[in-house]
Amino acid sequence: MIRSAVIVFPGSNCDRDVKVALEAITGFPARMVWHGESEIPACDLIVLPGGFSYGDYLRCGAMAAHSPIMRDVVAKAKAGTPLLGICNGFQILLETGLLPGALMRNASLRFICRDAFLRCETKDTFFTRCNRVGEVLRMPVAHHDGNYFADEDTLDRLEEDGRVVFRYCDADGAVTEAANPNGSQRNIAGITDSTGRILGLMPHPERLFEPQLGGTDGRRIFESAVVSIAEAMVG
Amino acid sequence: MKARIKITLKNGVLDPQGKAIEHALSSLGFSGVNEVRQGKYIEVDLADGDAANARETVEKMCKDLLANTVIENYDIEIAS
Repeated sequence: MIRSAVIVFPGSNCDRDVKVALEAITGFPARMVWHGESEIPACDLIVLPGGFSYGDYLRCGAMAAHSPIMRDVVAKAKAGTPLLGICNGFQILLETGLLPGALMRNASLRFICRDAFLRCETKDTFFTRCNRVGEVLRMPVAHHDGNYFADEDTLDRLEEDGRVVFRYCDADGAVTEAANPNGSQRNIAGITDSTGRILGLMPHPERLFEPQLGGTDGRRIFESAVVSIAEAMVG
Repeated sequence: MKARIKITLKNGVLDPQGKAIEHALSSLGFSGVNEVRQGKYIEVDLADGDAANARETVEKMCKDLLANTVIENYDIEIAS
């Protein structure tokens, strides 16, 4: 049994997509947990879904980061429960300080809704062990504030520690300025914490997990999680 | 007692919105604009009448929620 939880904030809009993906790939029901709850039932994986929590008031993810449920999300993540933040979920992870940096307004100032190419930079994480390093994935992005910023020292540290998980690239895997949809520093699309168990990314893997949706490039992120969870159970 | 809080992007953090405003000003014919940086202004009305206490409280508000200190600076003015 794999127990996964999806946190639902007022304004979340990818929560059901994530639930469908989780249930299809894990084979077990995913629990939806409302932001006003104080505790998440024991689980093997927590997902913060995309959307516009609290209407993006103040800053994207700023209000959600202080929701009642987030105290337990942070506590569980710090105690080792794997945590995936997608799009607005990534913004929330940065606002809680679980991951470093900030997501600013896209350099173009436009809301971007299209497919982007990502290069997988490491498979040493809970969520990418089924991927290949250098593999090019096509995944939808849909955001207004996905421009990753961190100071140079933080960026260098992330690179040295192998914590940059995905970079925007072209269809051939070349990391170029032209392939950077939002102005993110060093084309960063996703990063992890030092343990590899907390992943935040702007693109939406849940929107491309089965052929009916137009592709399966997002699927292996969830499959990786399943393999990681199963391995932990076997011990 | 009122606290007036100005939140601005740190030096070195690109400000695409400021850039867009700068372009709009120049297209309206305003010449001589070197740079535009935009930010936020927040007013908080506080029950506490003590300025030092108020500043300390608002300082914490800024760190905990109002500003993202990764990219933003804040400036607090306490007015009675």
